[in-house]
Amino acid sequence: MEKKNISDRRKFIFNMAQGVGITVLGGFVWSAFIDEAKASQLLLRPPGALKEKDFLRTCIKCGLCVEACPYDTLMLARPGDHRPLGTPYFIPRDIPCYMCPDIPCVPVCPTGALNEKSVTTDGHLNIKVADMGLAVVDAESCIAFWGIQCDACYRACPIFGEAITIEYQKNERTGKHAYMTPIVHSNACTGCGLCEHACVTEKPAIHILPREVAMGKAGDYYIKGWDKKDEKRLKNAKAIKSTTEINKKSAIDSLNSGLKDLY
Amino acid sequence: MVKLWENYRYLILRRLTQVGLLVLYFGGNVWGWTVLRGNLSSSKIFNTIPVSDPYAALQMLAAGATLATDLLIGVAVTTIFYLLIGGRAFCSWVCPINMVTDAANYTRRVLDIKRVQGNKQPASRNIRYWALGLSLVISAVMGLTAFEFISPISMVHRGIVFGLGFGWAAIVVIFLFDLLILKNGWCGHVCPLGGFYSLLGKFSLIRVHHNEANCTLCMKCKVVCPEQQVLGMVGKESLPVLSGECTNCARCIEVCDDDALGFSIKSLVKK
Repeated sequence: MEKKNISDRRKFIFNMAQGVGITVLGGFVWSAFIDEAKASQLLLRPPGALKEKDFLRTCIKCGLCVEACPYDTLMLARPGDHRPLGTPYFIPRDIPCYMCPDIPCVPVCPTGALNEKSVTTDGHLNIKVADMGLAVVDAESCIAFWGIQCDACYRACPIFGEAITIEYQKNERTGKHAYMTPIVHSNACTGCGLCEHACVTEKPAIHILPREVAMGKAGDYYIKGWDKKDEKRLKNAKAIKSTTEINKKSAIDSLNSGLKDLY
Repeated sequence: MVKLWENYRYLILRRLTQVGLLVLYFGGNVWGWTVLRGNLSSSKIFNTIPVSDPYAALQMLAAGATLATDLLIGVAVTTIFYLLIGGRAFCSWVCPINMVTDAANYTRRVLDIKRVQGNKQPASRNIRYWALGLSLVISAVMGLTAFEFISPISMVHRGIVFGLGFGWAAIVVIFLFDLLILKNGWCGHVCPLGGFYSLLGKFSLIRVHHNEANCTLCMKCKVVCPEQQVLGMVGKESLPVLSGECTNCARCIEVCDDDALGFSIKSLVKK
């Protein structure tokens, strides 16, 4: 059989198809890798960090925040750390955030991934409004809940007496002692992690979680009836409509039918 | 000694620049020097002049991030700098991966791997432009900076400045890929950052110029050149290298014994 010459057009189409094919293949592998890499939710970011989704697209991974931190709190995720590569994070049990009043890590951020405005009140930087995370107490391993006196976290807290308070309760077992248990208040806690750092138990009984993970949400359909202000939330509440078979008849009918065998 | 300088002057200067920048960045992190702080993604010179990677900013834009003023100034500084001196001067004078791929290429020549593999380059040098486009598409779809998540350049550079972790694996992979699989594989074919700077380099002022009258067709320049295709005019015409893919590494200039190659400035050439 005679060999046919391959036309330039055919060559061009083939080359384009090959390019597209390899690109799509590469694209899938690449996306899958990234999807895995950003799956970790439990990272604690520096103060002023945007919401995780916005943070990931805005952080340029330059490490200027890491260099600015005087306590070596911040680290950049390295290959093998199983965290989004190159992004800053901290582990409070190792080195917590010491809440510098001038927050040196935030203004150096060139991209605004650490948002200066979110930690500014009345034109001044204010680390107390940062929300890096929220402290969560595990009442089962916290020795204060056992009745052993410990207030390490309460004493370590830089927002003393506001972010963590001590609650007193009678210890019925001994009859003459008190439980002095730590309670975290989410409106004041910044998630700096000094409490986790100070916790005396083998594995900390108080630990910082990102707010998104630590906090639940009641929704607008549960209202504190005894609180007038709380009723305002009703405006946002969406009605939930459900239909069941029983709704199709009138209420009286539904009660009168199908119950004969009860009598 | 004079001959050593004659034949290696740009190579020595390049290595000094590359290592010098790494030392400055490392000192910025570890000893608090203020000359250069940050890393190749974004840094500050003397705590005042911002410089940022324009390709990273492009991915951020594709991902839908709002670009801060500091970042935009940094991008402008970098873009103007590389527009003047040649986009891919970044690749041969700054990028730490260049030392890895140069080492692979040198090993290739020593082991004479060409004799085993033959001359044919099985992959297109346009892959980098596909990778460039793909990185922007993935950035837009997934809402993050796609290449920055896997970039061995940032990985290694960050690694040297802030601690390497498993980053050494990236170095080994690129070295072996360039040595055993594809000649100039990473820098010459795949790297989308190189692709980006190739596009930027189309307009640069500093060029390598070829003087045909002096050329004796020894082809030493083509042996050392990591982007041989840009030297297409050697021995044929007196022309400057106009392709943005030239990295301005100047190896061709110093290996040429006939004084047929040298730096020139684009606008003067046109006259």
